[in-house]
Amino acid sequence: MSQGALPRPAAPSVRPKRPRAFRVGHLPGFGLWTALVFLYLYAPLVILVAFSFNDNRAVTVWRGFTLEWYGTLLGNAELRRAALTSLGVAAVATVVATVVATLAALVLVRGGAFRGQRAVGALLLSPLMIPEIVTAVATLALFALLGVSLGVCRVVLAHCAFCIPFAFLPIQARLRSLDRSLEAAAQDLYAPPWRVFRRVTLPLLAPGIAAGALLAFIISLDDFVITLMVAEPGTTTLPLYIYGLVRLGVTPEVNAVSSAMLALSILVVTLSLLLQRR
Amino acid sequence: MTPLVRLLGLAPALLLLGALMVAPLGIIVAYSFMAPDPYGGVLPQLSTDAYVRLLYERDFDDTLFFSPVVLRIFGRSLALALATTLLSLGCALPVAYTIARQPPARRSALLLLVTIPFWTNLLIRTYCWILILRDTGLVNTLLLRLGLIEAPLTLLYTNGAVLLGLVYAYLPFMVLPLYATLERLDTRLLEAAHDLYAGRWQVFRRVTLPLALPGLVAGSVLVFVPSLGAFVTPQLLGGGKNLMLGSLIQMQFAASRNWPFGAALALLLLAFVLLALLLYARAQSRAAGPRAEEALS
Repeated sequence: MSQGALPRPAAPSVRPKRPRAFRVGHLPGFGLWTALVFLYLYAPLVILVAFSFNDNRAVTVWRGFTLEWYGTLLGNAELRRAALTSLGVAAVATVVATVVATLAALVLVRGGAFRGQRAVGALLLSPLMIPEIVTAVATLALFALLGVSLGVCRVVLAHCAFCIPFAFLPIQARLRSLDRSLEAAAQDLYAPPWRVFRRVTLPLLAPGIAAGALLAFIISLDDFVITLMVAEPGTTTLPLYIYGLVRLGVTPEVNAVSSAMLALSILVVTLSLLLQRR
Repeated sequence: MTPLVRLLGLAPALLLLGALMVAPLGIIVAYSFMAPDPYGGVLPQLSTDAYVRLLYERDFDDTLFFSPVVLRIFGRSLALALATTLLSLGCALPVAYTIARQPPARRSALLLLVTIPFWTNLLIRTYCWILILRDTGLVNTLLLRLGLIEAPLTLLYTNGAVLLGLVYAYLPFMVLPLYATLERLDTRLLEAAHDLYAGRWQVFRRVTLPLALPGLVAGSVLVFVPSLGAFVTPQLLGGGKNLMLGSLIQMQFAASRNWPFGAALALLLLAFVLLALLLYARAQSRAAGPRAEEALS
């Protein structure tokens, strides 16, 4: 920089363009390609939602706006029952998986090193690694071997298990990034360990727990493959119901129920991801 | 924490996952060495028939003859999973690169957009493609209206449709790890390469890509594993016509009811998945090599 002796030239009215050489990371075509991929990701979803409002039984020909198909859904008792089953299963699975995952995360992150720590970590994530279809048939084999009729509990148990890693990961991440000096400060102020946990650790961890719970909820609500294999006749969740309809063909009702579920998923997931950012 | 507290904290997870993940896999291993009960389930007698059936079939007079049916289905699944991985890579690389070069605020918004479809119901996302691809679907209707074709094209129930659906389903898995490595990329290295007279694409190929390798491997495994065992997408977009491994396994436990054979197939799938994960772990530890050693010492 000049040391003040020379008068500074008047600032140019237009900022000079950065020389192209510095934009070495810029690759022509990548931006356009990215836009196309986003189109590929979202166009099918937009099309589905649009057709769910289409006033025409011949689904893919647009005739006008209607809410008729959503009305039909509300009057469909079978669908209501499936939705209630799904919500019930998801609620129980979420609570169980979240509690189990929180305890496990606390031990794994805060419990100090112990033998078998890595094995436990791998076990917690195993539902993510093992292909769903393998988990599905294996769980079916287990229930068949036990030979007892559990009704909807079969689905609930299976869901509790595979929801654990989805609850665990955000909680673990949050716990790892917590500022431990806050807990140390509470200890310095003579708070007993349990109170430190309840008044400092837990409130700080809460967004992670909430994010994990929401993910577990949505994963349970969306599961199809495992539920298909494990469910006893008579247990119908929403995805099983939708699958039954889809196999019969494309109808406006399927579009409507799918759109409604899509909206719910996006809402819950966005909420969870925003919580993880906090 | 004392060992007792530790154990108490982990007990629920160990019990649930032990009973519902580990034990079932043990049962599958045991079942694969038993004889099928024609009414579903297994007969308690030792048999390696399930594994023999992977390559051979029994004639009427009980002689074995080589049959490539399972091999062909497995080959098709493998080929589709590999193609899915490569196509996802081709789609995701520019996306991850572009997102990583955005200002931070926009980066997280774009990442959110990439993530959201992954969390929505796979069944529903696959169903969207039926709307688009079927004979009276969007593509055919448009092409017919434009007069480009005279009869609807068969788009649905083809290998192409399954491939399209698989890439659609698992693309976010590729974008996220790629982004994670590209975001940490030191741009000074790119500038250095440029100063040494490398062109844009040369910099990309010789500097960026090698540095993004850990993310590339991670993404490939994350896409390959679920593609290989996919069930929903081949079932809905392939129409169950061109069987894939996932559907074959499911069928053994439902319709044609040969549980031991199904168990053997499931273990075969699992073996391939574990192999992919092993390669992944090795690639990751090599990438993290010096740091890992530091941490250990």
